[in-house]
Amino acid sequence: MLQIQRSPEVHDVVVIGSGAGGGTVVKVLTDLGINVTLLEAGPMLNPAKDFKEHVWPYQVDHRGVGPHAEGYFGKSPWGFSYFTAPNGYWNVPGEPYTVAPDSKFRWFRSRIIGGRTNHYGRISLRFSDYDFKPYSFDGLGTDWPVSYEEMSPYYDKAEEFIGVTGTKEGLRTAPDGKFLPPVAPRVHETLIQKACQKLNMPCVPSRMAMLTKPVHGRAACHYCGQCGRGCQTASAFSSSQAMIFPAMKTGKLRIITGAMARKLITDDTGRVTAVSYVEKATRSEKKIRCRAAVVAASACESARLLLNSQSTRFPNGLANNSGMVGRNLTDTTGYDLGGFVPALADLPRHNCDGIDGMHVYIPWWLLDDKRKDFPRGYHIEVGGGFDMPQIGFAHGEEGYGSALKSKMRAEYGAFVGFSGRGEMIPNANSYCEIDPTTVDQWGIPVLRFHFRWSEHESKQVRHMHETFAALIEAMGGKPEKKEIPERGVDAVSIGGEIIHEAGTVRMHEDPKQGPLNRWCQAHEAENLFVADAAPFLGNPDKNVTLSIVALAWRTAEHLAEEMRRGNV
Amino acid sequence: MSDNPLSRRELLRNLGISAALAAPRAGLVSAQVAQHVHEAVAQEKTAAPKSEYAPKCFTAHEFKTLQRLSDLIIPADDHSPGALAAGAAEWIDYMASNSPELAQIFTGGFGWLDHHMQQHHAVDFIDAKPEQQVALLDVIAYKKNETPENAPGIRFFSWARNLVTDAYYTSPIGIKDLGYMGNSAMSEFHVPEEALQYALKRSPFA
Repeated sequence: MLQIQRSPEVHDVVVIGSGAGGGTVVKVLTDLGINVTLLEAGPMLNPAKDFKEHVWPYQVDHRGVGPHAEGYFGKSPWGFSYFTAPNGYWNVPGEPYTVAPDSKFRWFRSRIIGGRTNHYGRISLRFSDYDFKPYSFDGLGTDWPVSYEEMSPYYDKAEEFIGVTGTKEGLRTAPDGKFLPPVAPRVHETLIQKACQKLNMPCVPSRMAMLTKPVHGRAACHYCGQCGRGCQTASAFSSSQAMIFPAMKTGKLRIITGAMARKLITDDTGRVTAVSYVEKATRSEKKIRCRAAVVAASACESARLLLNSQSTRFPNGLANNSGMVGRNLTDTTGYDLGGFVPALADLPRHNCDGIDGMHVYIPWWLLDDKRKDFPRGYHIEVGGGFDMPQIGFAHGEEGYGSALKSKMRAEYGAFVGFSGRGEMIPNANSYCEIDPTTVDQWGIPVLRFHFRWSEHESKQVRHMHETFAALIEAMGGKPEKKEIPERGVDAVSIGGEIIHEAGTVRMHEDPKQGPLNRWCQAHEAENLFVADAAPFLGNPDKNVTLSIVALAWRTAEHLAEEMRRGNV
Repeated sequence: MSDNPLSRRELLRNLGISAALAAPRAGLVSAQVAQHVHEAVAQEKTAAPKSEYAPKCFTAHEFKTLQRLSDLIIPADDHSPGALAAGAAEWIDYMASNSPELAQIFTGGFGWLDHHMQQHHAVDFIDAKPEQQVALLDVIAYKKNETPENAPGIRFFSWARNLVTDAYYTSPIGIKDLGYMGNSAMSEFHVPEEALQYALKRSPFA
């Protein structure tokens, strides 16, 4: 049996989760002199030990396949690859989730200080003015109780702190920010820019959270292109290295790792008085008392925690008298197409590692086009170049011998790829709820997902396919053979796969429409805040992380002000 | 591809995976690549693996068959050493020693190759003439040749090619063969004008 241990101490603010949102709240509050206790379900991160930056594949016995060749049999124990920064999983051991029979959904979770920011793509795009007012823009979705004008100063703070490359372009679909110098385009990226010119599409320097100049004591990038492995010099943003480690030095932060939050405890007035969690190492139940709680466990995990925090006052889960917790679940749409570009064959070799991922990108360009048959839009991420060869390099090839060897050499670096990342309109079929029959290894009820793309997304992805093929052909290339499935929705990535879940604990001025007010503070529990992508009212074609940081920053400042005034 | 997170996020890291596109063409050799190859050959000569590697998983006969296959799949050429010198057989043996599933695929494949050669030429694969070995590979290296009789051979050869190329292109020799020049620290990022002009001249934007 789990033993419950109570601590008499009252912590000022308990933050649950240490990713982009939790890290930001920790940073802002500790900077303001507030004592914070951070609960993280995974272990402490140790970059010196955990990051595999600069490791060659041959320096590892199994070269990345896995010690028992797991990768060859679809059983890789790593979320992305052996070399990727820890610590995330498509299947967390002992912590299942379920998916309704008519749905498909995949849930990538992280269990480590820094969460998914340790490995993420670091694409940092501001939401546009119309993204905050989508219903006013085209009658779909719900307006945020926050405007771009209100968010803009927080985007400034976020960009100035985490460091984002870019250039001022004056595009409504890609608002300008406080940018570090951009990185020069690679050879294939110059060709892509020319193809875009020909097709009347913008293609601008990418906006990435990598430091092209030193920022806040973090060194400038050394251009090894391995940001996804974790960066020893913290030149690529992660909440662990840029926010939490510095906060540890303030004396204001206490971190409890290996702590799986089970439930928020409330009193008769609806205030959160304590957090109950499982200390994984001992399988014992602990409780810490708090003045305020900030839930930043990632959109779905935060919804799960609230839904599991039932009480007489909150029979549907904490702050869920509206029944909206878990609803409006969205992810980004994804579709990829690559192709071989003869102009790049046998390209003179050079080091083109640069910053991980793209140096240029294509923001949405058809906002005002009345002919398109789907709402909103998508941005395009580009890829190619001479990457470090890895396991899988020649899989799918045919033949053998010197012909194969020459072909691999000639074609190395001669492929380009386009990835569309588009907006999903929230729909009633996509939500998460507590599975009534399943608990995880800690006895905590798990989530059950319902998820369906609509015609909006399937039409958007068809448009992506045609656009990418046209771009590749404009470069003189040959798109890979790929048929768009009969049912358009089958061409879209599986829900959750792009790892941009949002919307499950949304803001709304009307407590019946959303659990949180415009400060991401629960209508029904005034010392409860949510600081991840759960409060979002939409999921624009602009990856969520920068907006999580900006919104969490604003939330943390509000919380601090409310504490100062004695309201919380 | 799209249902695999590795491919999605690292799509372009591994774009070779989605290849199967253009015909082979003669390689242009840059001075840098040539230099790498020379270094690789020199290194290989000085650090030649002990000739008597003791297989951990396969029998001596199976291991010889694997070595021959790796040499056929990625041979040495005037550009660089091949998979034999890069230790592909040793790596596959090591991986198979830690994966019964993988070991079975390879021992089964070796058995199929020997049985096939015995039926047609009354010798094991390793003892067949090079032209007989090549004639068999010309069949089983291509999916379009599939018949009920050779389907297991085609399936096995795909595994063999995948693992031999994996071993090769993740080895110092294979990485130098391709001419990958990164994985180092640079104070600033720039693109050589020579490379840019090379691509632009060959592109529709010339």
